Amino acid sequence: MTELKERHEITLTVNGETVTRTVEARQHLVDFLRNELQLTGSHLGCEHGVCGACTVRLDGEIVRGCLTLAVQADGAAVETIEGVTETGEIADLQETFVERNALQCGFCTPGMLLTAAELLNAGKPATRAEIRTHLSGNYCRCTGYHAIVDAIETTNNKRLGTK
Amino acid sequence: MADTGNEIIFEQSGSYVGRTLSRPGARRSVMGRGRYTDDIQVARTLHAAFLRSPYAHARILNIDTTAAAAMPGVTRIVTGRELAEHVEPWHGILSSFVGMKSAIQHAMAVDRACWQGEPVAIVVAETRALAEDAVELIEVQWEELTPVVDKETALDAGSPVIHPEMGDNLALRQDIDNGDVDAAFAAADHIIEDSFEFGRHTAVSLESRILVADFDPSTERLTIHTSSQVPHMIKTVFAKLLRMPEHNVRIIAPDVGGSFGLKIHTFGDEVATAALSMILKRPVKFIADRLESFVSDIHAREHRVRGRLALNKDGDILAADIDDLTGVGPYSAYPRTSVFEAVQVINITGGPYKHKNYRAKATVVYLNKVPMSQYRAVGHPIGITVFESLLDQAAVVTGLDPVDIRRRNFMPDDGYPAVTPAGLPANDLSHEACLESLIKRMDYDGLRREQAELREKGIYRGIGLAAFIKGTAPSPVGYYGAGRAPIAAQDATTVSLEPSGAVLCLVGVTEQGQGADTVMAQIAATAIGVPIENVRVISGDTDAVPYGGGTYASRATGIGGEATFQAGRALRAEILRIAGVLLQSEPSTLEVFGGNVVDAANHANIRVTLAEIGRIGHFQLGELPNDVQPELSQTRHFRVKDVPYIYTNGIHGAYVELDPETGFLKLLKHWIVEDCGRVINPNLADEQVRGGAVQGLGGALFEHCIYDDNGQMINATMADYLTPMAGDMPDIDVAHIQTPTSASELGAKGVGESGVGGAPAAVLNAVNDAMMPFQRHITAQPITPQSILKALGKI
Amino acid sequence: MKAPRFLYVRVASLVEALEVLAEYGDEASVLAGGQSLMPTLNMRLSSPKVLVDINRIDDLKGISLDGNMVRVGALSRHADVMTSPIVVEHLPLIAQAYPFVAHAAVRNRGTFGGSVALADPASEMPACVLALNATLVLDSKAGGRRNVAASDYFKGLYETERRDDELLIEARIPIKAAGEVSAFGELSRRHGDFALAGVAMHGTVANGVITGLRPVYFGSEDRPVLGVATAAAVEGKGATEETFAAVNVALGNDLDPLSNFHADAATRLQLARVLTKRALTSMVNGGGVV
Repeated sequence: MTELKERHEITLTVNGETVTRTVEARQHLVDFLRNELQLTGSHLGCEHGVCGACTVRLDGEIVRGCLTLAVQADGAAVETIEGVTETGEIADLQETFVERNALQCGFCTPGMLLTAAELLNAGKPATRAEIRTHLSGNYCRCTGYHAIVDAIETTNNKRLGTK
Repeated sequence: MADTGNEIIFEQSGSYVGRTLSRPGARRSVMGRGRYTDDIQVARTLHAAFLRSPYAHARILNIDTTAAAAMPGVTRIVTGRELAEHVEPWHGILSSFVGMKSAIQHAMAVDRACWQGEPVAIVVAETRALAEDAVELIEVQWEELTPVVDKETALDAGSPVIHPEMGDNLALRQDIDNGDVDAAFAAADHIIEDSFEFGRHTAVSLESRILVADFDPSTERLTIHTSSQVPHMIKTVFAKLLRMPEHNVRIIAPDVGGSFGLKIHTFGDEVATAALSMILKRPVKFIADRLESFVSDIHAREHRVRGRLALNKDGDILAADIDDLTGVGPYSAYPRTSVFEAVQVINITGGPYKHKNYRAKATVVYLNKVPMSQYRAVGHPIGITVFESLLDQAAVVTGLDPVDIRRRNFMPDDGYPAVTPAGLPANDLSHEACLESLIKRMDYDGLRREQAELREKGIYRGIGLAAFIKGTAPSPVGYYGAGRAPIAAQDATTVSLEPSGAVLCLVGVTEQGQGADTVMAQIAATAIGVPIENVRVISGDTDAVPYGGGTYASRATGIGGEATFQAGRALRAEILRIAGVLLQSEPSTLEVFGGNVVDAANHANIRVTLAEIGRIGHFQLGELPNDVQPELSQTRHFRVKDVPYIYTNGIHGAYVELDPETGFLKLLKHWIVEDCGRVINPNLADEQVRGGAVQGLGGALFEHCIYDDNGQMINATMADYLTPMAGDMPDIDVAHIQTPTSASELGAKGVGESGVGGAPAAVLNAVNDAMMPFQRHITAQPITPQSILKALGKI
Repeated sequence: MKAPRFLYVRVASLVEALEVLAEYGDEASVLAGGQSLMPTLNMRLSSPKVLVDINRIDDLKGISLDGNMVRVGALSRHADVMTSPIVVEHLPLIAQAYPFVAHAAVRNRGTFGGSVALADPASEMPACVLALNATLVLDSKAGGRRNVAASDYFKGLYETERRDDELLIEARIPIKAAGEVSAFGELSRRHGDFALAGVAMHGTVANGVITGLRPVYFGSEDRPVLGVATAAAVEGKGATEETFAAVNVALGNDLDPLSNFHADAATRLQLARVLTKRALTSMVNGGGVV
């Protein structure tokens, strides 16, 4: 059991690097990433778990970064858009997003990409309707989603075709 | 369009006009390297949070900040009354709206709050969380006052008056009365009459409003990083309100996370934040969180419209008569006002059609709700829905197909210049071509057959059409200019040849992800004759770029694009002049192509590179005669002349399936054909239209700022204000008819709002088409399962 | 908005969790997946003194088959329950319901037990445990373990049988027996939203005749509601127009839906009637999502 208190020291890996910080218990993961680590690729759109702009990976799975406390990530592995860009894991998806203009203001894009990556990682064919359903927790005001669905569909088909 | 031989430029092999190119900004965004205002770190920044009125209408008897101010980490608390000593109030009226009234508005409530969410006090602290902690400790003694919440009764004799000095709650009445409407109705074979309700919307840009205001007392300069569409207007307005010399204010808009007309207004919390930076002589950041965004961002689209249509037995429209009632907030927005939306409704209603008898009345009343003002496709979704829905009802009574009644009544494509029913000049439109293209792309007849077959099986599908005009690229003869608003109708671009032969392009219009920077680069590269890789566009910094209006009303390409084109042509001419001297050739025998000066007759024959011109022009001027001074920076300004707008047009088609037992809808597909004139970048234009369409569909089906009788917005979260999400939206087919505007050499009109205006009307018409077998129809938006079940008599 | 200040403790075991709850009672909030709690904190709608993070109690995770019972640990993530082969095979109702539960990122973090413990009246899992007649296991330092039938657990709007010093540790859910069938239907404004109306039903079907039906309605009142009159109207009947007519009347007795700005009572009742008709039709055809 940790001590019952307001500030806690946490150690976690973020994009493969180990970091240790003392955080306020109330600080959520995205404020931690943005303010303490200057990883500004993760965004805050609503801070109540609806818009998906804050999507990050926690121990390999996408979560709402605004609904996870930084202190909860103690000992965990966090990945952000900066990290998956560095590893090249979704380079094909990113390229297709750019080519297809599957983003405009770009504020939703990091969350959208990480959400899409989870679908791509399933390695299964996905219909446009299934892609749309999978994206339904990520709000985009600019694109109307059509181009995003195109980009994910194209990438998924390409990946499956080369298997 | 003017005969300038530009077609050759746009179609030659080096042209980037009409080509799909990706956006450099997109690459940054996908890699998590977008740079939004909140990503900018300014040393020693403090953080602001606001105490906001919990009541729609209440007097402030006392504010006790003692406990809050004593909290560790709190730097300063300022109330509205205290702030009023530092900030000028504003008056959101324009003389172009004759007879308009509004109350004076302060940045924060001084002695009375007039809407739930109005800022009352600002707390500045070390962190946002601490500032919010302190807000909770501020104690306000309120005296609740009766709010005015219903626009239908706001002008009644017994209604409370929000601002007693105004006498009543009326903001504006405006009328149009063209032709002889009464005679036309008297002669009509058919009269269609209906009333339409439109719920309030708000922009919900994913990045909310934000600024970091940084006052430097050593230079008395105020630098504001902010998410804005209109940096120069913000500079002018903030300088005035904060009593600063305008040249001491610098506005920097980095990446903007969506705006949609939200980020062109003056918001008291933003002004207060800048004032606190000046008071504290430190940077202060304010981010509107999502909850306060819902009650402090502008709202839009709360209208009730009664409409009447007169037709003869053949289905010709004889006259239209529209009565619009709009309920705005307690103050008129500054500097664009809160009445413009209603005025646009009556301006554009029935705009695609050739009837000349048109009467319209707009009445704008003040309410104790969040202020309303311009939001993407101002007024258009309202006016288009009203007319297109009435027209579909007319099709039924005249026995015409919805396609045929439109064909019959459209302004003919070969009939321009023309005047719209509202009396506005229209030119270069293509309603007929758009309709024919649309029905082909939809396979309209095939869909009708499918619809009929499925109805036999108890499946109810509907097809809806909606034609529109959209005012884009406003000119100075429009309301803002005529009303003396500090809103630039012109825009300017400076292009410079760098010593390397590359081109810097400084543009007054701004980038919000729509691709303005890319489009400007395409235009500049084409106009000059350089590879686009060698063009760098800079926007969004008032210290760097020429003064301009920024991005609003679909003006970036139509106005900024023409300025860029002209500046580029001027630089090209200057390059050729210098090259002519160096090469001892007639400039007319030379051309700039691919980044080189070439023989006009043979582009493969490179005479001198632009790098060489740049080198000589900047470094080795001794190689030129003394009387030749290279002017390798060229600035050109552009405004639309004579007409208020460059109108665009287009048509939407919607295909929906209705479950009559549940009232649930499935949007099966949506089609749009529109005419934005010359398309600079097809992919970017398409995606503007698609994104706009979904914004329109969201408004038609889901979005609604819902108020209770006390003036409380009761669904002010993203869980309850329903934005359109991927799973509920259809695929959207987009095509363009290109009729270049004769207002410019470039020929481009606006495209950013063509998706928004028509989509709600098309989907409403489709729903009503699906309900046709039940002989019921609906006229209220948002269209909900409940409203459909009610209409169908199921509940 | 940022969450208010609170004290945080991450417990390593059930014993530790119960110790903290015993000490702080209603001043403590249990942090499981946080998908409902965190929004209320970020909106400053709740301000607990203590947040007890139970996420590292491994004993509360996991799904296992125990005789004719599936034991679902309270800390099992929605995503894990949704894809569990045990659930798919033995608890088809829950498998049917899960695609309607929020979105992928929320299901990765949110927990089965958290959803049941919170008892949101418009959420799916409370309805499913009630329809399946599950037993919920509560534990506390003072009172020890006790089993509560799902039918006794839901008391009102976010009110349950769980005391402030108790933790929901497990749900024990009877597996689908031979001849038993499930059907699930939900109508929400957008995919993943809370229901305007929903039904989770489970019963026995033989030769097109339904018996022992447990139809549970969510998104209707302040808690999931077992349609007792509806079940009686269906008992021994097939999915016929006559049955549907009787059900329409019975549902009017079973349900008294809440009205709010998403939908009024009449709409919710109409939707519940339609869903019931469709679910019953599905039941006699093997069940499934309607």
